[in-house]
Amino acid sequence: MTALIGGFTTPATHSAHAFRGVMTAMARPGTIETLHGAMPPAPLSPAAGAVLLTLCDADTPLYLAGDTDTTDVRAWVAFHTGAPLTGPETCAFALGRWDALLPLSRFSIGTAEYPDRSATLIVETDRLEAAGATLTGPGICTTAALSLPGTGDFRDNHARFPLGLDFLFTCGGRVAALPRSTSISAPKDC
Amino acid sequence: MTDHAYNFAYLDEQTKRMIRRAILKGLAIPGYQVPFASREMPMPYGWGTGGVQVSAAILTPEDRFKVIDQGADDTTNAVSIRSFFERTAGVATTTRTKEATVIQTRHRIPEDPLSEGQILVYQVPIPEPLRFLEPRETETRKMHALQEYGLMHVKLYEDIARHGHIATAYAYPVKVEGRYVMDPSPIPKFDNPKMSGCPAIQLFGAGREQRIYALPPYTRVVSLDFEDHPFEASKADHACGLCDATDSYLDEVIVDDTGTRVFVCSDTDYCEGRQAQGFRGKDTA
Repeated sequence: MTALIGGFTTPATHSAHAFRGVMTAMARPGTIETLHGAMPPAPLSPAAGAVLLTLCDADTPLYLAGDTDTTDVRAWVAFHTGAPLTGPETCAFALGRWDALLPLSRFSIGTAEYPDRSATLIVETDRLEAAGATLTGPGICTTAALSLPGTGDFRDNHARFPLGLDFLFTCGGRVAALPRSTSISAPKDC
Repeated sequence: MTDHAYNFAYLDEQTKRMIRRAILKGLAIPGYQVPFASREMPMPYGWGTGGVQVSAAILTPEDRFKVIDQGADDTTNAVSIRSFFERTAGVATTTRTKEATVIQTRHRIPEDPLSEGQILVYQVPIPEPLRFLEPRETETRKMHALQEYGLMHVKLYEDIARHGHIATAYAYPVKVEGRYVMDPSPIPKFDNPKMSGCPAIQLFGAGREQRIYALPPYTRVVSLDFEDHPFEASKADHACGLCDATDSYLDEVIVDDTGTRVFVCSDTDYCEGRQAQGFRGKDTA
């Protein structure tokens, strides 16, 4: 029965607020936003649940990586979004912890003529703060900082611009984003 | 006064999700035109159906919405779109640039500088800057993929050869972050410099042509030019007849049957704000 609860109670306004948060995060890499209204089954975070409810539907194949691929999560996703589940090669969205999503080469990075036909990765993290790797690029006035699970993979991803993957990092109710346009330099203290 | 016969902001949720996904990809690839499944809207193509769909997908009930048409808040297009969202989304509206959180615009950027919390939504008729040079979509896609923008420079060069200067005065092509050549929508080239490094999020919607593109805040936007013919943001060489502003974009208005002309600010909010501060132009009675 857990599949039926935990969705947006007022879908139009909840998803409007959640999207504003996700859009702000994507437009201003390194900014951390809070998303409300979703209570997905464990191990999904409320923020990851809100992202799924806001962006996923029958048109977006979804890949559940690693420990997110449970019976409860499958039933919740099916009831609330109707997103077809698929493998990493054909997904529009992928959800999981960083280790479970690697290697990134499995995901679609788009084509030269249609770079938008690429996957968006929703990365569940235990730590999300505006510290760590230094970010520069569109959406950032001077520099921003974000705790990333690595730097090499994101640098390689940026090097392929305009092709590449876009990332949403979720931790509890909070979300931050790293689009392919952002350039990354390693934390200074490492 | 929300019209409860409609879903919040008119569009159904599945359509909004599709538009929202396109907006996110557009923000991730600044200047790239993302195809989207544009819907029929209750207004004709060319009246801002792209901008309206983008606004519908991003509005929240707490937003304060402003609509301008060539800078003016009181023209038919602006009034009807503003009342459309008053009815279907119940959002507050304003004509003050500084108070608005979402501004939908047809062919102008407000004179007052935009701030971090604001979103500017452009109505775009022809999103493809190369379209009048190459009519085939398959070819223009390839040209963007290969950064094959020589044709655009040839066009600007032919302007110089024929007129002695770059004669393109509106929809002046720009290059975004050194990658995509983008159509800034038919804003006067006077407004082009305001796009670069703008603290607000800029979203572009083309309804008939089914494209969405975006500029995140602080994106580098450069107007195309030549070393010996640098880009110049031009305007009519007058002061506003109502508020005496010399720094704003001016409309030329014929006011009687004998052809008397006055120049007035195209941005009505900016002009009214200056008049409220006591500035008077030479044409005020």
